Amino acid sequence: MAADRPQMPIESGAPDGFQYMHPTMRRNFGLWKYHERPRPGVLKHVAHSGDEIYTIRVGTARILDVYTLREITRIANELGDGFIRFTIRSNLEYMVDSEAKVAPMIEAIEKAGLIVGGTGPTITAPSHTQGWLHCDIPGSDASGVVKSMMDELVTEFKREEMPNRVHITTSCCQINCGGQGDIAINIQHTKPPKIAHDLVANACERPTIVARCPVAAIRPAMVEGKPTLEVDEKKCICCGACYPPCPPMLINDAVHTTLAIWVGGNHSNARGKPTFQKLVAAGIPNNPPRWPEATALVKRILKVYKEDAKDWERMNDWIERIGWFGFFEKTGLPFTKFHIDDWRGARNSLNASTHIHF
Amino acid sequence: MFKAGLEPKLNIIKRYFVSCTQFYLREKTVPKVTIYDTPMLDELENGEWPSFITSFKRLRDDHPDERINSMVGGLLGQLEHSYETRMGWWKGGTVSVFGYGGGIIPRFSEVAEHFPESKEFHTVRIQPPAGNFYTADILEQLADDWEVHGSGLQTFHGQTGNIMFIGSTTEQMQPFFDKLNSYGFDLGGAGPCVRTAMACVGAARCEHSCTNEQGMMRHLVNEFQDDLHRPALPYKWKIKVSGCPNDCTNAIERADMAVIGIWRDEMKVDQEEVKAFVADKGRDYVIDNVTDRCPTNAIKLADDNTLVVNNKECVRCMHCINVMTKALAPGDDTGVTVLIGGKRTLKIGDMMGTVVAPFLKVDTMEEIEYLVELTGEMIDFFAENALEHERTGEMIERIGLVNYLEGIGLDLDPNMVSEPRQCSYVRMDGWDEEVKKWYDKKAEAATA
Ligand code: HEM
Ligand code: SF4
Ligand code: SF4
Ligand code: SF4
Ligand code: SF4
Repeated sequence: MAADRPQMPIESGAPDGFQYMHPTMRRNFGLWKYHERPRPGVLKHVAHSGDEIYTIRVGTARILDVYTLREITRIANELGDGFIRFTIRSNLEYMVDSEAKVAPMIEAIEKAGLIVGGTGPTITAPSHTQGWLHCDIPGSDASGVVKSMMDELVTEFKREEMPNRVHITTSCCQINCGGQGDIAINIQHTKPPKIAHDLVANACERPTIVARCPVAAIRPAMVEGKPTLEVDEKKCICCGACYPPCPPMLINDAVHTTLAIWVGGNHSNARGKPTFQKLVAAGIPNNPPRWPEATALVKRILKVYKEDAKDWERMNDWIERIGWFGFFEKTGLPFTKFHIDDWRGARNSLNASTHIHF
Repeated sequence: MFKAGLEPKLNIIKRYFVSCTQFYLREKTVPKVTIYDTPMLDELENGEWPSFITSFKRLRDDHPDERINSMVGGLLGQLEHSYETRMGWWKGGTVSVFGYGGGIIPRFSEVAEHFPESKEFHTVRIQPPAGNFYTADILEQLADDWEVHGSGLQTFHGQTGNIMFIGSTTEQMQPFFDKLNSYGFDLGGAGPCVRTAMACVGAARCEHSCTNEQGMMRHLVNEFQDDLHRPALPYKWKIKVSGCPNDCTNAIERADMAVIGIWRDEMKVDQEEVKAFVADKGRDYVIDNVTDRCPTNAIKLADDNTLVVNNKECVRCMHCINVMTKALAPGDDTGVTVLIGGKRTLKIGDMMGTVVAPFLKVDTMEEIEYLVELTGEMIDFFAENALEHERTGEMIERIGLVNYLEGIGLDLDPNMVSEPRQCSYVRMDGWDEEVKKWYDKKAEAATA
């Protein structure tokens, strides 16, 4: 070990990816011509030079133990070319320069318990957050929700049979780190925070917390002679924004913290402009260990989408065509007063026309 | 940087040694760690999708290092407790490495009296190589070092884009970081600061790429490492670079600064490939799936089965190119569009980035430096003008886009709006001067 004297960090920032890149990709950087998908889970990219690179895409548990990781690297070194990358949805990708290496690798990958797929019109790996496993504010366990759901959707990960790609995301608080998705399964709190008044003075910077509330529902107060905060419970929208900076304002609750499902988020500019996801279902129990109610609803929406959407229609494109009336009719989901927006800019979401679906 | 040669060999020897020891230990000793009952988590070992619980149990039961067995054993116990109570049991704190302010996510257990083995379970955020490229060897080196200092659990990557090494104690943070830092890795961002950036695979393997995504990302974020390591901004500042409008890094929706590759000349059309595609799929398919889906009706299928693109009306949405990747491609006169202000829900609701620079050339070093300087201006403006805990998008919402553009010195462009103002309630007594500015800019651009 080095001496006790602390070492100043080298502020090198993000490393150069080139040093870890497959030589065929380095050689053809910026010079790719087209790609094909020879089978689900495999991409074949062809460069103007005629060089080819095959990519095998693999779904994992996202959090990797060192044994799984070494199995992954062993496959890369023994059967592949030793190069790996990860997509932003934590799919693993092996790159190899010849088709002959693909089949033996797939066999080894599947033998290792990992799943080949996630390319093109599949339900690819959900992007998700930490949850009970490691976050300090979570209302649920994203890893558990995703694992239980993907057990039931794994066939759709392996087969390219959806109208277009399906990005699912999961977030375990209303900050929504999981991001936008064709389908999002997110925490929805339904009761105001329960305040441990005796702890507030020591744990929380009160003016900061007052400023943090999106609807100005928090005000300073005295309880039993101690400075604390109180919440106007009529105003409170139960967003949980006060909880991270002030843990005594406990928002999580074993019963009243629920799940909601949102659909139609799309990051791409293809066809229409990018879209945010919209609320379609709520009040879903946060039900570990396998969250069957949430998975059942997701499957119900996906079934209708798969049957009804045209090729290349993402969830949002499909709904734009059939209308929200069509969406609620076809899925049989109830439309409630909570579906009508009353946040900033809400008027833009109302129908100011006679365009009516029948 | 990356130590070639000796280091990988040492790793192989070390691993051989570790597996021998493991075999030896498995034979000789009964694990001394507490095994908590986990009936709920056990349910997550069923099913085909890879199970993180099975992964944890492997570390608890099979790993030769008792420190790892007990730490992951404690984690399993605490997680089961969360599943039973439907509550999280971690709290934050302050842990850092020498010389830096943020980058370690401290986790202390609130139920440490029940699960003392994992009472400290901090995460180290590390900035990944641009484009998320690794050799198997460097992954093994990272894993080997974390195995020595941490739990043996890691994620590639968190939602912001960091490698997350999950689970270790305060005293392991410095030695682990020092090792990684010595071979070219640096801590990621956490807190109110410039955050770890992200780039799509882009030019390395994607025919749609219109820029050097990885190079651009490194130019932009590596210039601001001081602001990344020492949180002193009003709130976070995230940069994401996508090589084309498919925006695979979700930059518009998830980054304060989205840099997206685009082209301004004509789309490339290989009419022979178009004809081959039509012959294969039929005219109906091409009309239904390509031309009819164009958002501006800019592309049509001619009677002779060639495609005609109206490049003036094409908004570079990528759809037709995505469907016909062999026949269609972005043009050659490429650059980037910059959108500012994307963020998720807190505090005033989700926002997308909006255009502040419709097209910037980034071919020469000078052009790239201009974008880096512009980024600096935007970070400075944010530092000076945002309220505490306000993101750039919210600040722009509060002060108006015009004030923002003037503040950082960017020219107006109709591409910045989806439509002009619709309400007449506005003071316009400076109209003539503004018109003059517009014509002056036009004249300047024409002579440049
Ligand atoms: C105390 C609390 C928090 C914890 C422990 C936490 C934890 C995390 C973690 C672990 C990630 C993934 C990190 C990575 O990829 O490197 C993440 C991402 C993210 N966090 Fe937080 N977070 C906290 C507070 C917040 C807050 C207050 C916001 C709100 C504005 C927020 C918004 C996000 C978003 C939007 C992402 C996704 C980033 C992206 O899309 O690139 N988080 N958070
Ligand atoms: S979504 Fe919320 S609870 Fe989940 S990891 Fe992000 S901040 Fe934590
Ligand atoms: S939960 Fe949200 S709305 Fe309610 S008091 Fe806290 S910050 Fe305000
Ligand atoms: S954003 Fe565009 S260039 Fe980048 S990987 Fe996606 S499709 Fe390719
Ligand atoms: S890129 Fe989009 S806008 Fe341009 S022609 Fe193709 S479909 Fe139309």
